[in-house]
Amino acid sequence: MAHSSDRLRDDTEEHLAEGAVDVIDPVLATAPENRVWKKFRTHGSAVFGGILVAFFVLIALLAPILPVPDPAATDWGAVRQAPSLDHPLGTDEIGRDVLSRMVWGAQASLMAGVISVAIALTLGVPLGILAGYFGGWTDAVISRCTEALLAAPFLILAIALAAFLGPSLTNAMIAIGISATPIFIRLTRGQVLSVKAEDYVEGAQAIGLPTPRILTRYIFPNVFPPVLVQATLTVATAIIAEASLSFLGLGQQPPSPSWGSMLNTAKNFLNQAPWMALWPGVGIFLVVLGFNLLGDGLRDALDPREH
Amino acid sequence: MLSFILRRLLIAIPTIILITIFVFALQQLLPGDPLLVMAGEERDPEVLEFLREKYRLNDPIPIQYLAWIGNVLQGDLGISLRTNQPVTELIGEKLPVTIQLAIMAIIFAMVIGIPTGVLSAVKKGTPVDYAANVVALSGLSIPNFWLGIMLILLVSVQWDLLPASGYVPISEDPIQSFTTMIMPAFVLGTALAATLMRHTRSAMLGVLTSDYVRTARAKGLLERSVILKHALRNALTPIVTLTALLFGELIAGAVLTEQIFTIPGFGKLVVDAVFNRDYAVVQGIVLVTAIGFIMMNLLADMLYFLLNPRLRHQ
Repeated sequence: MAHSSDRLRDDTEEHLAEGAVDVIDPVLATAPENRVWKKFRTHGSAVFGGILVAFFVLIALLAPILPVPDPAATDWGAVRQAPSLDHPLGTDEIGRDVLSRMVWGAQASLMAGVISVAIALTLGVPLGILAGYFGGWTDAVISRCTEALLAAPFLILAIALAAFLGPSLTNAMIAIGISATPIFIRLTRGQVLSVKAEDYVEGAQAIGLPTPRILTRYIFPNVFPPVLVQATLTVATAIIAEASLSFLGLGQQPPSPSWGSMLNTAKNFLNQAPWMALWPGVGIFLVVLGFNLLGDGLRDALDPREH
Repeated sequence: MLSFILRRLLIAIPTIILITIFVFALQQLLPGDPLLVMAGEERDPEVLEFLREKYRLNDPIPIQYLAWIGNVLQGDLGISLRTNQPVTELIGEKLPVTIQLAIMAIIFAMVIGIPTGVLSAVKKGTPVDYAANVVALSGLSIPNFWLGIMLILLVSVQWDLLPASGYVPISEDPIQSFTTMIMPAFVLGTALAATLMRHTRSAMLGVLTSDYVRTARAKGLLERSVILKHALRNALTPIVTLTALLFGELIAGAVLTEQIFTIPGFGKLVVDAVFNRDYAVVQGIVLVTAIGFIMMNLLADMLYFLLNPRLRHQ
């Protein structure tokens, strides 16, 4: 690998020397996969986004072993206490530690974001590939259904689904996942349509490769980059959606902690305990910002036109 | 123009039919007997039988759908179990409130988003551009219900400047109505402003490198007139279209905003309906928003057509 990228660099240098250009673009001179990583690494805001996301993922994973009290343990002697040494972020209306609820809430938020996007990907990508690759009736049916689903605003659809399925974190994830599915169907379909016309796909068809193999080995890898970017950005949307549903009482049910439901309670105690409303919002903002920056950075790094 | 509109309308029909099927199918998701859920506390066998007849629950599902769609076509979306009012009437009552909120939010979004986008594009690569981008991305990442809570905390609780709730219809007292709506409209407008800013910036960047802008500069026009008259006017076409398409986001955002500021609109109606298990209302709202979204799409297409002389003369 190192050898081939060295050779590529040599060729580029020679080529550039002929053109009397003495500046060598360090990005262009590397192999494609290194190029993407290199572009990403030098993209300050993307790295910052990555760090934010990594920070919250770490907190969510380490929640069981972090030295914080039980998030559901009530303490009637310490109700709505301002931040102190014992409770760095204060306590809530029934004396639970806000820091501990923040830590465990991170787990609920990230899980909801990732699982609902996973649901949307599992449903959306195969349907998009089918619609784009086979065209005709398959495409017509899938595309019309996608348009119909896209017509209902994301959150309204999620609220309606969560209402009919019943309120719980699992159902919220299913509702958000289904509501996000049409985005991935449409994106994948569009990508497949452009990849399908490429010579290497025609070549694969011409030598008689079986369709499943063409789909998995030739189409899917080329559809993947924009889908990855969209998935990252959709995790951000899904985290806000989960917080919104929990805020409305349609997501995580008490006493389990979730940033959205913490805000729902907090709005009743704005006068007495403003810290209860501050931290969950900061948490949502930072983790969503992280995914948005990461997604934007990935898009720039993966976009061939940007090289 | 007329054939263009007709063609778009024809394309919208199958989508609308599919939407009605989805909305109808929602009630099949209800756990257990939908009738028992719909009847609520009522357990009188005679009432149950009456309801079963009324909603044709003994018939096969496709027949049930046809009966339901027949009513929908006549403007009958069912009866709210909680208030006993027709769903259409309820929606008609609440919709103007949300429309007022939405219009104010769009004005906020345009007043903030478009100038910032223009500035950011003109000053591309400078600290002004970076600052504008940071603000826009933050606007997209802040959950709007939290922004609302923080504003109430600051503006209503701490400074006592604006009321945190207490909606007044515009017909009763326009000034009071306006004051109570400022904060909610600002909250609802933030995310839209961020989206508009990002799109204005990219549309302006595209236009600023075009030949006619270079010509305008070459003939010595003032930079201000080059940007406002030549560049912005052309960049506005996609922006206007986009604003029409933001309708869906606006309605979804209104659900949370109305909840926080206790505004008795469309969004509050759907949340209350969900908690009262008033399923006919939920179905009605999904149907009305989806059809509204398709209409806005149609409007966006028509605006694009009208604003773009090159398409008009084809």
